[in-house]
Order: sequence, then structure tokens, then C-alpha cells
Amino acid sequence: MSWVTTKRIFRAGFLDFWRNGFVSLASILVMTVTLFVLGMTLFAGVILNSALSELRNKADVNVYFTTSAPEEQILQLQKSLQALPEVQTVEYVSAGDALAAFRERHQNDQLTLQALQELGDNPLGAVLNIRAKDISQYDVIAKFLQQQQALSSSQAGIIDKVNYFDEQHRQALNRLQHISDSAARLGLIIILILVLTTVAISFNTLRLAIYTSRDEIQVMRLVGAGQFYIRAPFMVEGVLYGLISGVITLVMFYPLTYWLGEATANFFGGVNVFSYYIGNFLLFFGVLIGTGVVLGAVSSYLAVRRYLKI
Amino acid sequence: MIYYDRVSKVYADSSIALEDVSFSVEPGEFISIVGHSGAGKTTLVKMLLAEEKPSSGSVFFESINVHEVPMNRINRLRRKMGTVFQDFRLLPQKTAYENIAFAMEVAGRHEDEIRSDVPHVLDLVDLGDKANNFPDELSGGEQQRVAIARAIVNQPDVIIADEPTGNLDPVNTFEIVQILKKINDLGTTIILTTHNKWVIDSLKKRVITMDRGRVIRDDREGKYIL
Repeated sequence: MSWVTTKRIFRAGFLDFWRNGFVSLASILVMTVTLFVLGMTLFAGVILNSALSELRNKADVNVYFTTSAPEEQILQLQKSLQALPEVQTVEYVSAGDALAAFRERHQNDQLTLQALQELGDNPLGAVLNIRAKDISQYDVIAKFLQQQQALSSSQAGIIDKVNYFDEQHRQALNRLQHISDSAARLGLIIILILVLTTVAISFNTLRLAIYTSRDEIQVMRLVGAGQFYIRAPFMVEGVLYGLISGVITLVMFYPLTYWLGEATANFFGGVNVFSYYIGNFLLFFGVLIGTGVVLGAVSSYLAVRRYLKI
Repeated sequence: MIYYDRVSKVYADSSIALEDVSFSVEPGEFISIVGHSGAGKTTLVKMLLAEEKPSSGSVFFESINVHEVPMNRINRLRRKMGTVFQDFRLLPQKTAYENIAFAMEVAGRHEDEIRSDVPHVLDLVDLGDKANNFPDELSGGEQQRVAIARAIVNQPDVIIADEPTGNLDPVNTFEIVQILKKINDLGTTIILTTHNKWVIDSLKKRVITMDRGRVIRDDREGKYIL
């Protein structure tokens, strides 16, 4: 393709864009909506993820030790637990700490505190709070603990109780996993439907815009224009729509996320959409502008095709 | 130069647009195709432009079978034919100047050539002062003259004018016919379809008369007989 042809194609694209002002405006508006929805789904994805991981973090398994369990053995068990690939953190709560926490929890309950006083000795054992990397991995960890228990049975086991083996606790864990899994899946489906719908609307708008030019395309063919020479200016126009819509969307997100930043940070557990937007601006720039440009070019390419068959 | 070889066109609902049409056109000829509406004049012209395919038979342009040229190369052949239509078919988003320049651009002509040739043909059709007007700012006669200017600017071997005067008043009709005559005098072959009796009778050129898809007369120096 020669330089002259390239120049002519771009000039024709820009001129058509300008002279079809109203069609261009409508196309840009529709495409802006598409890109806006796409951007919103990016945010929604992030918020959903953080909310779900917050939820998953609520799950743990506690190992209660007998009061007589020697601390070094507990620490050893903590070490070997930490070595497991499934385990994220293991928190050691000593018997003393457990007692202090218990006292704090019941500080308004004189009866219980009195009873505790009566006992004299610390009735509570040490505790290990285990957090897995993923909610589905508690089973493996529990099995590991079971093995440990079996091994140490000779020397009068130090583990008093693992709450994972409580039917209730296990059910709660399973339910939590189920909820977070289906929330993630549902979120993905909704996002997909939204994105596909708006993309289809955008595509159709460009098709309509080019439909108004179908007679022109026919005339161009009869005057002897090649297929590429007719198609290319329309693609230039489509790319322009995408670029402008992308920029508009990027600009729109700035005040919007600024305004929503505080609220989302407090509400959805830790994600400030404004700082996320600023921090990932390049990602947003790439996704929104890139989608706009590709959508514009591909839609125009496909829409012109049917009128070139002459 | 142009040869229709037993061309027939039958549409899907078995209505016949053309039936066994054969004739040839010599270089430099001015031929008129006449007939009532629906006689097949426009179909005949569309065959030459490869806008429609014949059901049987073939159309040759300069020894090339038009319908064997692939879609992506047909435009090169069309650059050798200038076309003028009843409904003008100008590009509405382009000025008179740009409409003519467009035909030169698609033919890959140089920027300098465009700058010198377009004003020249605009003068030829007497529209030098309307170069920057858009089609909807021109009268029917003016639009048709722009279309003629566009058709001749690439110096095609043949001009195909499909009812060019169909939408025009007698004065404009006269002017268009005069321009076509002038172009023919300069050596360009012209194929004109019309149902205007006055146009045919004043031309005194070859006339092909069609009726219900068939050629019923072919006279060297014909009159409008229907």
C-alpha cells in the first residue's frame, strides 16, 4: 500500500467521521456505554474477589491441646504444620493467652469469672489456629493432624480436640466454601452476559451506521474502487469511535471512583476503587482503549463486508 | 469491443428479464437501447458492469468474459467503463469536486493529475463554479452533469448511461444529450438506455429495440418505434 493511498484512506475516514457528525456522535455514545460497562465489571471483579477472600479468611481450624501438653511439642507441631504447602498461617495461642482472652470475653459475666477463680488452675489448654490457603484444603490438614495424633498416641496424646472433626464446624466450612464458590461463579456469569450484551449493542450500532452508507458503497464499487479502498476508511472511522469513547470512559472513571472510593473501602472490605483505579491505570487504559479500537475496527470490517458483494 | 453472446437472465420465480440476447458494439459507436419499462434495458447494462450475472450466455468486454473476473479484480475492469445512472448516484458526503476526484483516487491517479483534471472536466460540463457544492445543493441537471464528469474523468473506453435523462426536464435532457454526443465525437463508445422518443430521434444513431427481454430490432440509423 503506497503512502498516497494511506493518506487518502485516513483523510476519507476523518472526513466521513466529521461530516456524518450525528452518526458519529451516536456511535461514540453507545460505545462509551459499552466501555463503561466493561470498566465497571473490572471494578466489580476486584471488589467481589476481595469480599470473597475476606469471607474465606473467616474460616479456620483450631487445635486444642491438653493442659498438660508441653509447649515445645506444640511449637514443633506448629513448625511441621507450617511446612505443609496447604497451610497459610498457624497462630499459636498459649494457655495463658487463651485464659486472658477468655477473661476478656466474659468480663461482664461475674459468675463465670468466679467459677474460674474457684478452679485456681488454668483449665484452658494452648490452641493452634490454622488457616489454609484455600478453603477446600482443610481436609488435608485435618488428615495430617489425625496422623500426628495417631503417631503420638503412645506418649499420651497432646491434642485434646480438633474442631474440624465436629460435624457442625465442618458443615459451616463446607457451606462457606459453597457460598463463596457460587458467588464467584454467579459474578462471572453476570459479568460475561453484561459484557456480551453491550458488545453486541455496539456492534449493531456500527452496523446501522454503515447501513446508512450502503448505497455509497455500491456507487464506490461501480466507480471502480477496490474492496480494501472502500473498507479502510470505515475502519478508520470505527477506530476513531473506539479511541474517543475509550478516552471519555477513562476520564469519566476519575471523578466517579474518587467519589465512590471511601464508600467502597468501608463497605466491601478494604478495596478503595479510586486508589485501585490510579494504581492500575495502565491496565484500564489498555483494556478500555484496546477494546474500543478492536471493537470499532472489527465491527466496521464485518459490517462493510455484506455491501461489498457487488 | 463489447459482445453479448446469447445472454439470458431468468430470476428465481422464473420471470424472464433477458432471453437469448446477442449483439456487438464496435469501438467509437453510439448505441441507444430503447424499450418500455421492464423490457430488460437496465438488466442488459448491469450485465456489462458485472452487477448481475447471466443465467446463461456470456458478456465480453475487450475480449474478457466479464463474469469470469473474480470479485476482487472486477473494479479494475470497471475503471475502463464510465457509468451514469438515472438517479445520479453521487456520494452525498462528498462535494462535486470530491466526487470526481474519488473516481481518480480509486484508479490510483496522482495528486497532481487530480488537481489539474478535475477542474477541467467540471468546466467541460459547465460546472466550474459549483466545485465545492454538495450534491443536495445542486439541481438534478447539475447532479447529472457531475455524474457525467465523474464518468469521463478517467478517460474510459466506454460510457454506460442508464436512463440518464429519466429524471430531467427537456432543457436539461437536451444538454445531457449534447454532452454525450460531444464525448462520442472525441472517440468514446457510448451505450445509452432511454425511453425518451425525442432523444432517439434527434441522435440519428444505432438503435436496439427491446421488448420483454428480447431484442426485436437493431437499426443502423434508428428511430423510436414502439
